[in-house]
Amino acid sequence: MKVDCLIVGAGPAGSIAAKEMASRGYDVLVVEKKQEIGPPKRCAEGITKHGLENLGIELHPLCISGRIKGAALYSPSGKKVTMEGEQMEGYVVERKIFEKWLASEAIKAGAKYMVKTQAMGMERINGKWKVKIKSIDGLQEVEAKLVIGADGVESKVGRWAGLNTVNKITDYHSGIQFEMANVKINEKYIHLFFGRDVAPLGYAWIFPKAFSANVGLGILEKGAKMKAYDYLIKFIEEHEDIFKNAQPIEINGGGVPVAHFTEMVADGVMLVGDAAQLVNPIHGGGITRAIHSSIMAVEVADKALKKGDVSKEVLKEYERMWDEEYGEKTKKLMKLRAFLEKLEDKDFELLADVLQGEDIYALTQAKLSFLIKKIVTKPALLGLAKKYLMD
Amino acid sequence: MVRVDYDKCLYCAGCVGICPVDAITLYETRIVIDEGKCISCMTCVKFCPVGAMEG
Repeated sequence: MKVDCLIVGAGPAGSIAAKEMASRGYDVLVVEKKQEIGPPKRCAEGITKHGLENLGIELHPLCISGRIKGAALYSPSGKKVTMEGEQMEGYVVERKIFEKWLASEAIKAGAKYMVKTQAMGMERINGKWKVKIKSIDGLQEVEAKLVIGADGVESKVGRWAGLNTVNKITDYHSGIQFEMANVKINEKYIHLFFGRDVAPLGYAWIFPKAFSANVGLGILEKGAKMKAYDYLIKFIEEHEDIFKNAQPIEINGGGVPVAHFTEMVADGVMLVGDAAQLVNPIHGGGITRAIHSSIMAVEVADKALKKGDVSKEVLKEYERMWDEEYGEKTKKLMKLRAFLEKLEDKDFELLADVLQGEDIYALTQAKLSFLIKKIVTKPALLGLAKKYLMD
Repeated sequence: MVRVDYDKCLYCAGCVGICPVDAITLYETRIVIDEGKCISCMTCVKFCPVGAMEG
């Protein structure tokens, strides 16, 4: 089988890339190793309205399971800071429907899909990639001018193309989540809980959905005394008011790549989404970044294919576009993360005293310098902030 | 050599993304470790959210 573009992985990044390529008239094949596109999710399913609007995406109504108007943040002792406003509005999607909807949009644009089909390896021969795929129909070889690796944190495409896509344990949250029914909490907010004993170097979350909620946490191994799962069980036990009669209807795990990986292309290969570790380093959200990366990748791929030159040098334009849009912000957010990782519980309490919701929003937008002014009365924080946040 | 406890494994593939020697593969719902490649560095053991990797 010969195609212009083979896409490995049918998550949001893969299906958006497929739709964009197919609508430009290219021959596109998407292979998905799972028998069903979507589950099991590795995701808390939150997405902001403005994030979607920026990408020009209008969700099919069936994708929406919860409607959110803000976030409530809790310090280790339970002090609550609320963030609201237009920028905080969002949805909790039903990921399995969302992914199938995106795939159906790509298929309408002309993309071909194969499910329960695993990419087994690839070889570069005469300027083309020969990719072995295995499905119910047996082993086949696909010849592709371009391979887009949308194959998630476990990306093999990157490794096969010689890119160093290995995640480091210091920048890779260990994530665990129950989807639970009968959770008693304000369903108009996402709820985030901080503390060294709650979720070391990460946070715990509750994202409400139509008749359930995603209850999970992410931790960094270097700060942990036990497994992520154990922290989650403890979190649920310690919030009896919320979880007294709640029960799990699903369990999910996952690695969250919270570092920006810089090498995203090789000859005839582009990585998008989690495969390129394109997750917001502060909150770990990855859907909008994944979709944006695919839109950018296809713009560059289109030019390269028209020119008949898909060399690394030409495809590098995609890395430059990404860097221009997200590079500076990501660097600042990495600094903020380094600062937050140094905070003890008592420091979180101090922050909860001085920061308002809009301050925290500004921080997540990589506006850092104002923090110094906010915490001049808290010398313990000032030292850390100067060390980690200032240039 | 690391072993997988399939009673615990959620096949989230987090271990695959962190393996420095590409010894782990997720085949749909089954994590498989390549004995020839695994160097017993225990990175996946440290990472696994549910403790399904045993050193």
